[in-house]
Amino acid sequence: MITIKNLHKSFNGIKLFNGLSLEVKQGEAVAFIGPSGSGKSSLLRCINGLEPFEEGEIIVNNITLHPITKKNIRIEESHIQQIRLNVGMVFQQFNLFPHMTVLQNIIEAPIQVLKIPKEEAEERAITLLKRINMEHKIKSYPYELSGGQQQRVAIARALAMKPKVMLFDEPTSALDPEMVGEVLSVIKDLIFEGMTTLIATHEMEFAKEVADKIIVLDNGEIIEEGTPEVIFTNPRNERTKTFLSRFITKI
Amino acid sequence: MMNIYKIKLKKGIKTLKRTIVLLIIIIIFTLHTKKSLYALNTLNKIKQRGHLLWGTDAEGGAPYAFPDPNNPDRLIGFEIDLAEAIGKELGVKIKYVQNAWDSLIPALERGDFDLAVNGIEITEERLKRVLFSIPYYIYSEQLVVRKDDNRIHKLDDLKGKKVGTLQGAVAQKILENIGGVIIKNYSGVVEPYEDLALGRLDAVFLDYPIAAYYAKPNTKLKFVGPPIAEGYYGIAIRKQDKELKEEIDRILIKLIKSGKLKKIYEKWGLWNEKQEKLYQYVNKTSGERIVEKVREASLFSFFPALIKGAIITIGLSISSMIVAIILGLILSLAKLYGNKITKFLSTAYIEFFRGTPLLIQLYIIYFGLPNIGITLSPVTAAILGLGLNYAAYEAELYRAGILAIPKGQMEAALSLGMTRRLALKRIILPQAIKIAIPGVTNDFIALFKDTSLVSVIAMVELTKTYTILAANTLRYFEIGLIVAILYFGMSYPISILAKKLEDKLSPVPFKGGVHL
Repeated sequence: MITIKNLHKSFNGIKLFNGLSLEVKQGEAVAFIGPSGSGKSSLLRCINGLEPFEEGEIIVNNITLHPITKKNIRIEESHIQQIRLNVGMVFQQFNLFPHMTVLQNIIEAPIQVLKIPKEEAEERAITLLKRINMEHKIKSYPYELSGGQQQRVAIARALAMKPKVMLFDEPTSALDPEMVGEVLSVIKDLIFEGMTTLIATHEMEFAKEVADKIIVLDNGEIIEEGTPEVIFTNPRNERTKTFLSRFITKI
Repeated sequence: MMNIYKIKLKKGIKTLKRTIVLLIIIIIFTLHTKKSLYALNTLNKIKQRGHLLWGTDAEGGAPYAFPDPNNPDRLIGFEIDLAEAIGKELGVKIKYVQNAWDSLIPALERGDFDLAVNGIEITEERLKRVLFSIPYYIYSEQLVVRKDDNRIHKLDDLKGKKVGTLQGAVAQKILENIGGVIIKNYSGVVEPYEDLALGRLDAVFLDYPIAAYYAKPNTKLKFVGPPIAEGYYGIAIRKQDKELKEEIDRILIKLIKSGKLKKIYEKWGLWNEKQEKLYQYVNKTSGERIVEKVREASLFSFFPALIKGAIITIGLSISSMIVAIILGLILSLAKLYGNKITKFLSTAYIEFFRGTPLLIQLYIIYFGLPNIGITLSPVTAAILGLGLNYAAYEAELYRAGILAIPKGQMEAALSLGMTRRLALKRIILPQAIKIAIPGVTNDFIALFKDTSLVSVIAMVELTKTYTILAANTLRYFEIGLIVAILYFGMSYPISILAKKLEDKLSPVPFKGGVHL
């Protein structure tokens, strides 16, 4: 479903990815863990074209992205557009549209981008809202919701576009602890339904429970990957050990 | 609840769109009609349209042309009587076009009216630019000082003294030729005498008819010496309108021969022996002093004229704000999201229009553009001038509004498959506009008051109506208060309305522009 080959990317001249490669199969749930600044978010943002890269290629659902140059900008932008139609993204800060109600947030892109009739879009939105137990907030504005509720609506908004892949960029990092659970349970359901999922997270317990594969990033480099059992119980890399131990003591 | 606002907003946008289309049509139409009319010669054109456009400055005041005390909407004066007599002979009606005295000639040249008449002296300099009819009045200059002043007896005594006169008048030239006189130029004829009485000036040197009406009744002032340096008032006509000049000359000769012109001058107390050069006979009668009545007229009589001015002010403000809002939006988007060229152009535009005075911009648009073949009507020039200027400020407001929207909003929209353009339209701009509304309201109120500047380009709006009425009645205080109340009465509801709009449009309490 997703293949990344030899990815190179810098920020202000400082190299982040130096030939990173990875593969995610259809239906697979991959959790990216690692210290802040290790490149988890940047990697997810490269996949749907929110961040440019300098070298390598990213293939999502048979659509290939190359580094953008003056010559290929039109083709690449149309590819990014196609990829975004296949890939949903959920942000750390939710990024709901504050001038729209919950319902309007969800139906906006299906109507404007997919040109789905309004009634149909609303019907689908209500189904999604029921699934996340939010149908009673249909006419509320984002500022009237708690963080957890906002993030669940953001997930529903992404799902309304019927994506084949979901990217979660630290979806619970901005939440109060008591709200983390409600959001994770929505994501968990999604994974169990077979959605191809990439999640950057600090929720180790959650990663361990739902991920098929854990990828440990440090300084833009994949230092270790494997099943949760291997990574959490028997990591081979020293840096993984340090990272995990620091994390566990923090809890 | 929100649906109602949405519908209202949609309706608002629809009416806005319609207004813009209408505005463009009006602009094109005025441009078009102006051009096609130029094909005819002016005399035929006047006869065809059935009215003569008579350029004058009512602020110049009595006894030439000034608002009727009983009906300030109407002009009276000896030149108005002359105009009506000429109109009768020509078989057309007279339409008076208000224009500041010192720009009557340029406005005539650019085609705002068919002829300019307001005590314009026939001079060599002016003859280079326009034609003049045969003289219709022989004037002279009169020196006026304060009653208790014993220093000044003749022109040469003016050296080193502060002397008031009219900008561009022959009297000003005479003062310049004396040398060493501190000349204070005025654009109206009332203020110099007021300043003289108050001691701000040492003397005033102006045309005799002006002195006769404004200085003679003033007990604090006295005439010094006899009238000097006689000259002629003529009707100014565009260089190319030879047929019109011949026709006007024919009519003037007829009016002189029939004694009609003399009657007019007698009525206004302007008859004197000098006019004998124009007439074959002398008849001594005393004139009536209508001017005195103006000062005693009831304040209520000024309301119709003031209300009319206020309506024009409102119309101007709204039209130019629409221009400013639309152009400002285009400029801000070009500056934020355009390529190098559009970014440069919009930045240059914004910096230029913010960095130069509005007054200069108005002069360039109104008097400058005709030099390169673009002649705009006063209304179009006023709306365009204000609109173009305020667009620069609107652009910066929108840009600030757009920049205040968190980056995540655009990213979320893009990640949902929206194009940048769609995301701007649906997600970024609606939020940015809400942030910009208080600033836009401020600008609208500022623009509302800045409309007073367009009085320089022949628009008679509220401020111009005020200066005309006040100059002729000297009631700067009472009429000024009424005008100030009118302005406030119009601008205050705007701020209340804007506050309501802001509340309605914004269900989100803004917390420093960041929504978490």
